[in-house]
Amino acid sequence: MAIVTPLKTAAEQQLAQQYADAKAELPGGPAVRKLREDAFAGFEAKGLPHRRLESWRYTDLRALLREARPLATGPGRLDAARAKLAELALDATVVVLVDGAFVPELSSLEGLPEGLSVQTLADALVSGRDDLPRVLAGPSVAADDSGLMLNAALMRDGSFVEIAAGVALEKPIAIVRLFSGENEISVYGRSVVLIGDGAKATIIEVNACLGKAPQQLNVALVVEAGSETEVEHIRLVTDQSEGSVGVFSLLATVGAHAKFDSFALVCNAATVRQQHFVRYAGEHTEVGLRGINLLGGTEHSDVTLIVDHEVPHGTSRELFKSIIGGEGTGVFQGKVVVRQHAQKTDGSMKSNALLLNEGATMFNKPELEIFADDVVCGHGATVAQIDGEQLFYLMARGLPRPQAEALVLQAFAGEAAEFIADENVRALVMSEVEAWLAAREAASQVSTV
Amino acid sequence: MLEIRNLVVKIADEDKQILNGLNLTVNDGEVAAIMGPNGSGKSTLSYVIAGKEDYEVLDGEILLNGENVLEMEADQRAAAGIFLAFQYPLEIPGVATMTFLKAAMNAQRKARGEDELLTPDFIKQVNAAADKLGIAKDMLRRPLNVGFSGGEKKRMEILQMALLSPSMCILDETDSGLDIDALRIVAEGVNALRSKNRGFLVITHYQRLLDHIVPDTVHVMSQGKIVRTGGKELALELEKSGYASYGEAA
Repeated sequence: MAIVTPLKTAAEQQLAQQYADAKAELPGGPAVRKLREDAFAGFEAKGLPHRRLESWRYTDLRALLREARPLATGPGRLDAARAKLAELALDATVVVLVDGAFVPELSSLEGLPEGLSVQTLADALVSGRDDLPRVLAGPSVAADDSGLMLNAALMRDGSFVEIAAGVALEKPIAIVRLFSGENEISVYGRSVVLIGDGAKATIIEVNACLGKAPQQLNVALVVEAGSETEVEHIRLVTDQSEGSVGVFSLLATVGAHAKFDSFALVCNAATVRQQHFVRYAGEHTEVGLRGINLLGGTEHSDVTLIVDHEVPHGTSRELFKSIIGGEGTGVFQGKVVVRQHAQKTDGSMKSNALLLNEGATMFNKPELEIFADDVVCGHGATVAQIDGEQLFYLMARGLPRPQAEALVLQAFAGEAAEFIADENVRALVMSEVEAWLAAREAASQVSTV
Repeated sequence: MLEIRNLVVKIADEDKQILNGLNLTVNDGEVAAIMGPNGSGKSTLSYVIAGKEDYEVLDGEILLNGENVLEMEADQRAAAGIFLAFQYPLEIPGVATMTFLKAAMNAQRKARGEDELLTPDFIKQVNAAADKLGIAKDMLRRPLNVGFSGGEKKRMEILQMALLSPSMCILDETDSGLDIDALRIVAEGVNALRSKNRGFLVITHYQRLLDHIVPDTVHVMSQGKIVRTGGKELALELEKSGYASYGEAA
């Protein structure tokens, strides 16, 4: 029998070289070093994820990464980052990472409230704390994703946040990843948020590129929320430079009687793959995963999620709204797994897309994998054009077509944002949506003149 | 003044012709009613006047104050003074009613070269008009028409009519889905807007609405044409005899 050795692509060979060169100086004690070694061995066996894998079918990372860009080793220039932070004006505990590296002078970590501790991932990795392997592994359904293996092998920095039991944080925690875009680089980062029983927190992730050079990003957020926690997670992926490829993973484990809501906005974002892995670690827990994708040009946004109902009495809600113009491509792959013992699971998953023109594409693939026999689970996926009746109604009241369209689109997208509990964050999200729509409206007016 | 001459219309993607050489004039200050059986083309007529895209005008013209509106998009027709109160007002989730009202009023003002309304003036106007129609404040805070009852939706249409102050109002089966109290409130709202500078075209199946909004003229429509015209007593006659004598079953 012939032994088949998969041919390595140029990028895979470069990644192997990068890992070999970097592993001695990547942060971490012996346990972390072993974790990196195992992860890289796993990655080497599988290679970059590609279209013949069902979960990566529509986003062929092996084809997209023709070359592995050099690993970022430190932050680029900070002036643009400073300006971006001023523009965001986040009223939050802010951790700033520029090109993957923690930048203390841009972060606001003084006077943290009692029960909140924030350190860098690098510090946590060298601390030798013995829960690291468990925490970093995340839900088991994420275990064989080779994109995450690569992240585990090469992760350099991020933030490591711990919220003590019973603490209700007044201000959100914002993990702001800015990419200077001065050079073509790759960034592997990971952040961890551990939330003690009964605590309440809002976590904001900002991901924006400030320059023009294409970036290769592979960042992950690990959230471990204890029982009776209330957690809101907001992710913004905006202004990715042309030619960039970004993989954004969320690894969430949620305890009993808890509420975990995640929302992600993707706009002006080149090629983006989001993957959410959520595990129910306790009963009577509600999870909501929602998002808005606004695509134009040749942009590509992939949302792939696995919600793993491992225990009974779990509720899950997914709602994703995509507006796709130009030659943009949207992907939604949602999988809800209900294990045999997870009786009384209540799941509902929706992905709605509006295509603005010919040439725009949406792939919708909702899946239910149910082994229990007493559950309520449903899914719905739609791909449509703007509702002509709604448009006519608004125009009959005097709104010119571009303005009427913008209003209908804003309303369509806004439905997913309505679930954001934090008003300031919701306003921030909707202001990004409005800016995207205004830019589109302006472009359509120019083209009709 | 609205003048429709020899209007021939078909559905855009089908061969089905709906209006077959329709002639109609509604003068300023006049309230004209159109009655007719299902399928006679009443709603199509209202949509074509307002500028809906699903139809193809094969012949004829529609003049508003002497200007042909067929070349205009729906928003331009609205700014020129045409208002269609929908039979089934659209629900637009996510669009706050106040946001929509302000956008509509300002879009029309802009199209006419007027300054945009200041927010306090806008709110004053909306509150005054809403009070007259018995529209509660919380309705204005909700998304446009979402979760509104049939009566609330129709009142919202009349509120928009009052705020946009059109010169030609078309009411498409405004009585459908209304109970008798809601009908009275809506009719009072319409009657309050009657003026010598404003024409109304009231489309209805039933005479009932015309007890409350008393027309100057009644037209009978059948098979895409106006087949008979008379005074308000014609409506009573139709209520008794039905539409059978006009070549269609009721």
